[in-house]
Amino acid sequence: MHPAPSIIAFTTLSGLGLGLLFWLGVDPTPPTGWVGLAFFLIAFGLAGGGLMASTFHLGRPERALKAFTQWQSSWLSREASAAVATLAVMGLYAAGLVFFGRVWQPLGWLGAGLSLVTVYTTSMIYAQLKTVPRWHHWSTSALFLALALAGGALLSGRVTVAMVLILIAGGLQTWWWQAGDRRLRASGTTLATATGLTAGKVRAFEPPHTGPNYLTREMVFTVARKHAQKLRLVALALMMVLPLVLLIAPFHHLLALLAVLSHIAGVATARWLFFAEAEHVVGLYYGAHNP
Amino acid sequence: MTQLPETTTCKLGLVIDLDTCVGCHACVISCKGWNTENYGAPLSDQDPYGAAPSGTFLNRVHSYEVQPETGPAQLIHFPKSCLHCEDAPCVTVCPTGASYKRTEDGIVLVNETDCIGCGLCAWACPYGARELDAAEGVMKKCTLCVDRIYNENLPEEDREPACVRTCPAGARHFGDLGDPESAVSQLVADRGGMDLMPEQGTKPVNKYLPPRPKDGWQGEVDVLAPWLAPVAEEPRGFLGWLDRTLEKL
Repeated sequence: MHPAPSIIAFTTLSGLGLGLLFWLGVDPTPPTGWVGLAFFLIAFGLAGGGLMASTFHLGRPERALKAFTQWQSSWLSREASAAVATLAVMGLYAAGLVFFGRVWQPLGWLGAGLSLVTVYTTSMIYAQLKTVPRWHHWSTSALFLALALAGGALLSGRVTVAMVLILIAGGLQTWWWQAGDRRLRASGTTLATATGLTAGKVRAFEPPHTGPNYLTREMVFTVARKHAQKLRLVALALMMVLPLVLLIAPFHHLLALLAVLSHIAGVATARWLFFAEAEHVVGLYYGAHNP
Repeated sequence: MTQLPETTTCKLGLVIDLDTCVGCHACVISCKGWNTENYGAPLSDQDPYGAAPSGTFLNRVHSYEVQPETGPAQLIHFPKSCLHCEDAPCVTVCPTGASYKRTEDGIVLVNETDCIGCGLCAWACPYGARELDAAEGVMKKCTLCVDRIYNENLPEEDREPACVRTCPAGARHFGDLGDPESAVSQLVADRGGMDLMPEQGTKPVNKYLPPRPKDGWQGEVDVLAPWLAPVAEEPRGFLGWLDRTLEKL
């Protein structure tokens, strides 16, 4: 799949922002006043900014409001609704903390729950697609949730929780990559089932046209395997190893900031791979992904 | 509404004969010709006369080589457009309700004034049947020429999809695949019509007729062959002299 910068930015940043909102929501002694304002501005900036970025890849962004209508059947519509509900509830909760110094705890719990629901709906946009076997698995949702919780814990300054969650997310990410490499083959979809041609070995002889088209640009993106392996290591080092080293070191705000930036860069790299490595079955018609 | 109808009694669709298709791409051109100037937004081209032409098409013809265990390889031309699936994954993923499947005839359509161009339906389709138009920013797909098949302003013989009307080989057939007595259903039954990617669970309405087994050159070509004396096993004349002389060198 084509790794569109707007979608990578959207899923990475909104995941982190929603993760931070979750921890702010469940915190029994949440930050109030100016400190609270700073935390909520960062969370809303990440979550809201990510959602804004997602509209950049729309062909007709001016009609984006229509996306709230089909929540009964569409995960994308559910995500839009859940995101707005989360931001509204957490906005109220933040107003109580920042302007009135009051902790409306049930509102915080509701907002925390909605934050996780939103991350889950985002993951289901991808995990629902049978056409991309690498994504079509419950572990995709688990990975998105683990990364959001780990990043949120890191941003909210929970050092011990963040270290544990970063380890879990890193392990899950590694397994997701390894298992994902086998899912296209396991799905049973091949050029033979795509064409129904069974009289012999099928080979894509000639594409329908001389140049690329929307389908090949959008869904037949291929990344060199040896680069993918290197990038996986880079992503793991940035999202897991370096932040852990920086967190183990004696606490300093500069080191914590570096840990956060490194983690974000690592998650963004992993998210680039999430798209770049994903094989859409339509690629088979164009002679791609053949073993 | 992006929830699918439970069932549709009428299932309009195409039957494509892979044995007959000659790969002339006439269906591609007639499809683009009709659909760029009728229903919905035109099918735009980008840089059509330049170095990197690209454009929106609702129907494309691939070509595949099939190499049997023995005998020569075969070339199969493979037209592909929307299969108007009964369990269409492109419809249910749509966040705006722009994509829908008609209850009366099962045609899958896009309401272009509701489409936000998110592209998720194209991701959900295993067949590559949907293309986002680069000029309009909305999703385009085969409409089964919904503006021809019911159009009483057209002569009766033209009330079928443009691709079917134009096919010079008779490789494309249009009809109701929900009616077991229809000509297309009979054709599918006779020739063992098949689904593409059945494991994806989309239940496509369009069917493909597999290529018939090819005859080969093995065995006796002619009953009289054994009685015919072989001709010129040894080169004679000038070539014979040349052959003998070169052997001696």
